[in-house]
Amino acid sequence: MTDTEQISTISRVSLEVNGVSREVEVEHRLTLADCLRHKLNLTGTHIGCEHGACGSCTVLVDKRARRSCLTLAVQVEGASILTVEGLAEPNGDLHPLQTAFHNNHGLQCGFCTPGLLMTLMEFLSENQDPTEDEVREAISGNLCRCTGYQSIVGSAIQAASILRQSR
Amino acid sequence: MDTLIGENRNRLEDFTLLRGQAIFLDDIKIPLMKECAFLRSPHPHALIKSIDLAPALKIPGVETIFLYDDIVSFFGTNQMPFDQGDFVAPKWSYPIILPQYEVCFVGEAIAMVVAENRYIAEDAVNAIRVDYEPLPAVSDCRDGLRNDSCFVHQSSNRNEIGSIIATYGDCDPCFNSELFSFSLSLKQHRGGAHPMEGRGVIASYDPKNKFMCVWSSTQKPHKLRNVLSELFQMEEEYVRVILPEVGGGFGAKAAIYPEELIVAFASRKLGCPLKWTEDRREHFLSAIQERDQYWSVEVAFDSNGILAAIRGTAIHDQGAYTLAEFNIPYNCAYAVPGPYIVPNYHMEVKVVETNKVATVPVRGAGFPEANFVMERIMDHIANDLGIDRAEIRRRNLIPVDRIPYEVPLKARDGKPMIYDSGDFIGCLDHALKVSSYQEFSSQQQAALAEGRYIGIGVSNMLKVTGRGPFEGGMVKISRTGTVTIATGAAAMGQGTKTFLATICATELGLCPSQIKVITGDTSLIMHGVGGFASRQAVTAGNAVHLASRQVRQKALLVSSHILERPADDLYLADGKVQDKKDSTINLPFSEISKACSGAKGYPLPDGVAPGLEKTVYFEPKNLAYANASHVAEVEVDTDTGYVSINKYLVINDSGRIINPVIVNGQIRGGVAHGIGNALLEWMGYDGDAQPVVTTFAEYLLPTSNDVPNIEIYHFPTLAKNPIGVKGVGEVGTICAAATVISAVENALRPFNVQISEAPISPERLVELIHQ
Repeated sequence: MTDTEQISTISRVSLEVNGVSREVEVEHRLTLADCLRHKLNLTGTHIGCEHGACGSCTVLVDKRARRSCLTLAVQVEGASILTVEGLAEPNGDLHPLQTAFHNNHGLQCGFCTPGLLMTLMEFLSENQDPTEDEVREAISGNLCRCTGYQSIVGSAIQAASILRQSR
Repeated sequence: MDTLIGENRNRLEDFTLLRGQAIFLDDIKIPLMKECAFLRSPHPHALIKSIDLAPALKIPGVETIFLYDDIVSFFGTNQMPFDQGDFVAPKWSYPIILPQYEVCFVGEAIAMVVAENRYIAEDAVNAIRVDYEPLPAVSDCRDGLRNDSCFVHQSSNRNEIGSIIATYGDCDPCFNSELFSFSLSLKQHRGGAHPMEGRGVIASYDPKNKFMCVWSSTQKPHKLRNVLSELFQMEEEYVRVILPEVGGGFGAKAAIYPEELIVAFASRKLGCPLKWTEDRREHFLSAIQERDQYWSVEVAFDSNGILAAIRGTAIHDQGAYTLAEFNIPYNCAYAVPGPYIVPNYHMEVKVVETNKVATVPVRGAGFPEANFVMERIMDHIANDLGIDRAEIRRRNLIPVDRIPYEVPLKARDGKPMIYDSGDFIGCLDHALKVSSYQEFSSQQQAALAEGRYIGIGVSNMLKVTGRGPFEGGMVKISRTGTVTIATGAAAMGQGTKTFLATICATELGLCPSQIKVITGDTSLIMHGVGGFASRQAVTAGNAVHLASRQVRQKALLVSSHILERPADDLYLADGKVQDKKDSTINLPFSEISKACSGAKGYPLPDGVAPGLEKTVYFEPKNLAYANASHVAEVEVDTDTGYVSINKYLVINDSGRIINPVIVNGQIRGGVAHGIGNALLEWMGYDGDAQPVVTTFAEYLLPTSNDVPNIEIYHFPTLAKNPIGVKGVGEVGTICAAATVISAVENALRPFNVQISEAPISPERLVELIHQ
């Protein structure tokens, strides 16, 4: 047997994704990112580096921001996952954070955007009235090549303000 | 008619992106599609003695593996189709599809595995056994010029494969005169493009219909279609390239790559859809970069700091293959003077091969390097003469009364190089005013008294935009009454759809959101050029503008026949053609469109051709030169070498602005890229040409903590095209590194630090402070 032959073991994983219970059969080595994208067809979660550095693949696992490229699907058994597809209201209305990105030109190519949205979802749930510096620190693990970040920071500040008013 | 051009307008592209519903390349699902992975050379230079595929082919789920022989037996050639332009590279530098027995850079594709999924395909890549015989490699392009250097290819007889010379006037007498002079050596490095989405391609060949459909995350969909058409000898009508949502390009996707051709070939061979998605490591190893340059220049000037001559040479790291004409070296040689008057000029850029991935333009395309040289020269003159740095620049800038200004050089298309518009001194003066430049030195003194080192930098830039030969726009009112635009322009985050819809909506009396824009589908517009060189607002923008105008005129003409009203009494609004005095007399777009498709046996009205649509290919007669002045304020921590940028201002002239929201976004992103080039981004190789940087932990892209808020002021002068627009995509990048580094040097004046390199790391700054 060569060293590259895989002893592939497969498990069933039950998880909740965007409020819906799902069950998937996965190889143990399958990343959560690939599971979401290719097993559950939730391709809004993007893979930018596959080494945990760019943040594009960030999703919420039990309300905590996690890099889905560094998380195996088998690790999230029983967890509740929120992805970018789960942000808008069931009637289709955008979440205030998504609206703020639109109103502040917070995205250009949009590839890093889902990861930024999910990072900010966690951050804004913990810090409801952040300063600009706090937002910059919060998103410093999310790379964006297009915007220069200013418009993303502006989006987050505006979203925080709108979310405070609606509380 | 009210124009929508110039209004702040949020983008039409945003909604699918924000919902996670946009379809990028890797999001496309096709039944029975298999996935590919590439075996890549781990050696900078080696001979392949043998390849054993057997262990890989045994892995369950592996379909097949393609090698050089498969390519050659199918195509009869191993050469990538190649645009040489005017500069002929030697045969050994021509890009190849797969190597036969010699690999010339780390990351060069050797074999492609096709498997059930990417995981299995990568298992198989790792199982392929290759016996390599390593060969000596050229890493530093300066070493490549030495007489005793090894060669990049076994078939090479030299590493210097070309030289670009830009010259006019007579420099030499200026250096044998009473004038002042100095010489300057500069080391420059620009890394990779690094769009957040890597490259990727899907090919689906339908053997029954002999039809090839390819999706590629590319900046040049039509070019890819043309290359596939030639290579497969299939008519353009039987090859369709579709641009999916593209997650940024910045130059990395403007080349045609072997992967695109091999995936298409394999799909044709196997008759099933195939996908390859680049991972980040592959992007580091196999996507184009811009990399190293070493400049030596001499400068002559008078006691007032007025330039007399610049002469010099630069050595450019070309990499192992020449993917296109020598465009970076060309731009570097020609762009140094920029917005300044340089009476005598001679610059030679030597193109030197190395055993590294090829260099072709990253956002800015050689202009950032040329700009850095010129702006460093300005600072040196100022320091030598004790004259303010901004004042030296003002004295040498081309004054507005000399615009249009003809540089005594021929542009790449052989035409005279004429700066069509711009007020460079006005732009600089505005920058100095809004930045309170004159007051900075007192702040600097006060900071110094507290032991803080702050500095200010100012730079000017000029960039040719709107390069031809053409771009097309097809504007169509369909029988549903809705409007669609199709263009060869490639959207990859620049708001292309929004600005084209805005231009069209102005002509057709609609809201931009009522217009659908399809970019980069070769089945909807026959010819296209694509997204690079800050060209699409100028070329596609004017094409859509002219096409929309003609569709409007046709709608008026046809409605005039049907409504029996003079066309002059009619106008377009709300998806209808209406009588100006009586809006109850009107005709919806759907009816006009149907009338233009005719009824059986009845002729169309006189002078009306079929179809309510128009395709215009706009061919710019002259290039549009965009310019800007930047000001940066920085603080340097002299213990750690950390540079914080406290303030950044841009005064920008990109001509008539279609949508300030988009233009400002382009400028900010461009500056961020330039800040990366000034302080962070380094694509490192060791002395054997082995990459030492292959992750984002080692390659530092600017983060939200590195890029400050950027204040933008517009200073527009109109370009000579129908809209008056100039490009903006690269304009923010070009003088950002020069501005930041000038500010850092200014902050470190007490240490007499001179910075002759970019990027400059904290470690290097500390070293310079202690020298």
